[in-house]
Amino acid sequence: MFDLQWLLIAIPLASGLGLLVWGKEGDRFGHLIGTAASSLSFIFGVVLFAALLGKDAEHRSESTELFTWIDAGSFHVDMGFTFDQLSGLFVLLITGVGTLIHIYSIGYMAHDERRRRFFAFLNIFIASMLALVLASDYLVLFLGWEGVGLASYLLIGFWQHKDSASAAAKKAFVVNRVGDLGMALGIMLMFAEFGTSSISAVNGAITGASGTIATTLGLLLLLGACGKSAQVPLQSWLLDAMEGPTPVSALIHAATMVTAGVYLVVRSNGIFDASEAARTAVIIVGLVTLLAGAWIGCAKDDIKKALAGSTMSQIGYMMLAAGLGPAGYAFAIFHLITHGFFKANMFLGAGSVMHGMNDDVEMRHYGGLRTFMPVTFATFGIGYLAIIGVPPFAGFWSKDKIIETAFGENFWVGMGALLGAGVTAFYMTRLMIMTFLSEKRWREDVHPHESPRVMTWPLVALAALSAVGGILLLGDWITEWLEPVTGHAEHHELAIPAIVLTLIITAVVVVGVAAAAFFYSREPIAAEMPADSSVSIFARAGRHELYGNELNDAVVVRPTRHLTRFLVWFDGKGVDGFVTGVADRLGDTSQFLRKPQTGYVRSYALTMFGGVAVLVLALLAVTLA
Amino acid sequence: MILSILAATPIAGALILALLPRESAPHHRAKYVALGVALITLALSLVVMAKFDQDTGGYQLTEKHEWIKVFGAYYSVGVNGIGITLILLTTILTPIVILAAFGDRLPDPKNTNAYLAWMLAVEGLAIGAFSATDAFLFYVLFEATLIPLYFLIGSFGGPNRSYAAVKFLIYNLVGGLLMLASIVGLYVISARQGDASFLLSDLQNLDFSTNTERLLFLGFMAAFAIKAPLWPLHTWLPDAAGQATPGTSVLMVSVVDKIGTFGMVTWCLQLFPEAADWASPVVMVLAVISILYGALLAVGQDDIRRLIAFTSVSHFGFIILGIFAFTTTSLAGSTLYMFNHGLSTAALFLVTGMMIARRGSARISDFGGVQKIAPIMSGVLLLAGLSSLSLPGLAPFISEFLVLAGTFTRSIPAAAFATLGIVLAALYILIMYQRVMTGPLKPGNEGVTDLDHREMASLTPAIILIVGLGFFPQPLLNVINPAIDGVISHVGKGDPSPKTPVQIDDSAVQEGGHK
Amino acid sequence: MNEYITLSLILFTIGSVGVLVRRNAIVVFMCIELMLNATNLAFVSFSRQHGNLDGQVAAFFVMVVAAAEVVVGLSIIVSIYRTRRSASVDEASLLKS
Repeated sequence: MFDLQWLLIAIPLASGLGLLVWGKEGDRFGHLIGTAASSLSFIFGVVLFAALLGKDAEHRSESTELFTWIDAGSFHVDMGFTFDQLSGLFVLLITGVGTLIHIYSIGYMAHDERRRRFFAFLNIFIASMLALVLASDYLVLFLGWEGVGLASYLLIGFWQHKDSASAAAKKAFVVNRVGDLGMALGIMLMFAEFGTSSISAVNGAITGASGTIATTLGLLLLLGACGKSAQVPLQSWLLDAMEGPTPVSALIHAATMVTAGVYLVVRSNGIFDASEAARTAVIIVGLVTLLAGAWIGCAKDDIKKALAGSTMSQIGYMMLAAGLGPAGYAFAIFHLITHGFFKANMFLGAGSVMHGMNDDVEMRHYGGLRTFMPVTFATFGIGYLAIIGVPPFAGFWSKDKIIETAFGENFWVGMGALLGAGVTAFYMTRLMIMTFLSEKRWREDVHPHESPRVMTWPLVALAALSAVGGILLLGDWITEWLEPVTGHAEHHELAIPAIVLTLIITAVVVVGVAAAAFFYSREPIAAEMPADSSVSIFARAGRHELYGNELNDAVVVRPTRHLTRFLVWFDGKGVDGFVTGVADRLGDTSQFLRKPQTGYVRSYALTMFGGVAVLVLALLAVTLA
Repeated sequence: MILSILAATPIAGALILALLPRESAPHHRAKYVALGVALITLALSLVVMAKFDQDTGGYQLTEKHEWIKVFGAYYSVGVNGIGITLILLTTILTPIVILAAFGDRLPDPKNTNAYLAWMLAVEGLAIGAFSATDAFLFYVLFEATLIPLYFLIGSFGGPNRSYAAVKFLIYNLVGGLLMLASIVGLYVISARQGDASFLLSDLQNLDFSTNTERLLFLGFMAAFAIKAPLWPLHTWLPDAAGQATPGTSVLMVSVVDKIGTFGMVTWCLQLFPEAADWASPVVMVLAVISILYGALLAVGQDDIRRLIAFTSVSHFGFIILGIFAFTTTSLAGSTLYMFNHGLSTAALFLVTGMMIARRGSARISDFGGVQKIAPIMSGVLLLAGLSSLSLPGLAPFISEFLVLAGTFTRSIPAAAFATLGIVLAALYILIMYQRVMTGPLKPGNEGVTDLDHREMASLTPAIILIVGLGFFPQPLLNVINPAIDGVISHVGKGDPSPKTPVQIDDSAVQEGGHK
Repeated sequence: MNEYITLSLILFTIGSVGVLVRRNAIVVFMCIELMLNATNLAFVSFSRQHGNLDGQVAAFFVMVVAAAEVVVGLSIIVSIYRTRRSASVDEASLLKS
């Protein structure tokens, strides 16, 4: 049965390509077919996962090779897939959340004339994402990696008539390409060092290679992970990516694709275990992004961008956990899954709010929506409780474990993660207050209403998952389940009992909530965004996304543009100028040489006589001498 | 015999076209005759492919007749895996180009016969050049391709076509002249060491002194480096591609320029292995410069056709880099790259040509928002563009990655700098796509209609191949590999072996995760 | 014997000076004929002196070529005269840059 795991990918891929090729006649059924393909993949995924559960722990990794993808010279790559404990969890997350979002999109995109194409792209995304997690070779993983990048590009720019959307799509792709640079070089290095890029072979052989190789590989893969997961320094594309339709933001830019970087690090655990330096780099990247994302989340008034900042921050948590080594891998994946539930839930909730508010994303124009959108409010509320880490909701368990492990590694890393938890509570409370509580600040002609059932049911399902997702930790199930993949973890004893730490974390969260409640209930929220000059320097920096775009602009974009302009000039005047210069000199020479051509017969005749005379004289001279 | 027939068929077709009466009706008989001849040639090339034994690396389907006895020139043809791949590319692209050229608006529609006849002539001569195993025969065919291309650019191109055609001709003649000097040198040396002969198999056995070998190598290399434009000898290409019709550009860049890279592998590497090794550091540096320089210039272009020309400069850089890295992986990648680049550039030139014909301008800044009114054209442009930026899943990715991975084992800096090209590739393609296709519809673009059935029919085969070979490149690689092994073993440079080799046994793969 | 050669030299010199200084195309043409015939005379004289027929054969060749040349040359001159109403060689300098 596991030999058929390629069907997981093939079903949505076939559906996606089919929908693209199918003309206008497909418009009536396109969305249903797309949703059916995703559901089918989900059902098959559940069947496979159940089969995996039924096996004993030693045999829970099932590989299959479809065909030889590339065999040239000494380079050999098989199109092979592996369904194991880790990829199994991902398959369920991707197809499960993916299917819910497909269903939601039926309602959300109902009035879009290009809905069929939207579903085609979503299907292609699901297929690529599954290829990414199932791949048993880094190059096959790279195929899925770029596939999701393409789907992301197409979906961010789905509303192509908007200049901002197509610019955001391009930016996402190009920034991701910078990350791909790391991936590509990493795979080349594997090939040069080990003669293969098979994931299991490389991670198994890494201990035999020098430490420099492991560190270099780790850093290159981290660069790739930073691009895809919007980690500092390649974070700038994610906030712009919110130009895409909201279900896209939920599926791709919150629940699944952006977590691919975390998956990559966990999947490459052999490499990261072998290099302390690479792991430290992962921790630093995670910690910086965690705080930067939270900071941005505090300052944004656009509901999707606030959530995007939060996504950055939460993925920072996962990265941080992944950088902690075997102790953290399982918790990184655990947080990834719970985050997938509650963040998808909240993004879809935000989409539902926008649906009722004429697609306005400005939170300052919301307020008091709880009575008008009760289902959205309730489900969003559960997501909110989950993300800030209120027991017993899912986020509490996963975040608590990460902070605990971080303290086990290093006090300051733990403090950073703890601070992040407080800020998370602050910005999420702010978002809740501005959107659902507080007084109405609606624009004219806005009549908020609850979304249709096809949109609220996925919300309910995701809210339920956000509420109970913590059961995965019950009896340390997830750590034990993943142990064959991630390796055994040494347990660190903390200086204080775990329960005390949990209480401290909860206290910090309460402080964050209280601070937000204090600041945003104290006085009415302005319906217009206060000018930059009237807000604190922290808020201003947050609004400008910590000047990441300005930095990129100054360091990369503008120099490249100048270089390009210079080279265009140089090519015309320098390289081609040299060639045309040679041609011009030749022309000048012939202009000079044609002067004697007067056209008078006698001058030619005289020249001929002169020539003959010279020849005769020369002959005479030779014969006489 | 079959190779001669294959090369002669399009030439004969060209002669028939030249004899057909000149018409100006939109439905020319000549168009269908030309398409028919191109399709027959395609069918013949498939027959050749079927007769070709994939497991051996040497030259097959050979044929040899005495031609000019005085200097030992033979009419000698044969193909190995590299040659047959490129012949296949030629025969696949020609019908596509001719079908797409049905809609080309020529300066004088009565000249359609000549236009199509010259195209078929290019095809025949290119097939000949790819199958020649005699240096003199190769030289003659190599230079003969200039004639039809000169007329294609000079008679049927844009307003500045004479300048472009003359520039094209002079550049290539200079290269050809240097090669001629080397040919004469080869004759002298082979006559001194026995009977004069230009046969590849005889020339390989000559003894050269170090300096002679290097000089002869440089003569050949100069011609090939101009043809497959290597920085800084590239400036004829953007001018020529900017003025030529899309079909001419495809034949020039996708087919005839490949004779340059093909020549590097077949003639430079096989005749002068030591000199090639001596020159490889310089050539690799120039190739890396080509990659980055071409890509950066493509970013800075406003004319779509010049943009594609510069992307080709960048891609040729990859091909040449792979050839001079001397590993089986990179050389197989380069050969595959020649094929894939031919396909993806053809798709790009043709679809943008259709756009440009509708809009009446090639300036990117004149376009905008076309996606809204021409979704299929926009989809095809995006796909062709993505193949040009080597998206995994499309054919060029595999060849590019093979080139880079092979080069990496030889020189890490060269591979690392070349990899920067993939970021720049994303820039030039996506900026172009964004400005042409997305955003609100720009005034002046209302007349841009979507592709019609004929145009789709011409583009579909290329697209199917681009996607298909992205997932199943093996049928081509199986043909290429034995020939590559032969060339590399002749050069005498094995692949650097992995430092920490992994024994891939089935158990490791079965286990999956790392314990 | 020397007399023949001297005569031939004198005729050749007259012819060449005429080609150089005269403007009328007909006269130039006649001068060229004069030069040709001077060489013929030299050919025949040398042939006589050496006692073989090579020179005479050459002389016949020159005559044939001269006849052909007269045909082409005169017709060019006539057509130039028809279009330009003048047979001056200096005025027919259209090939000048």
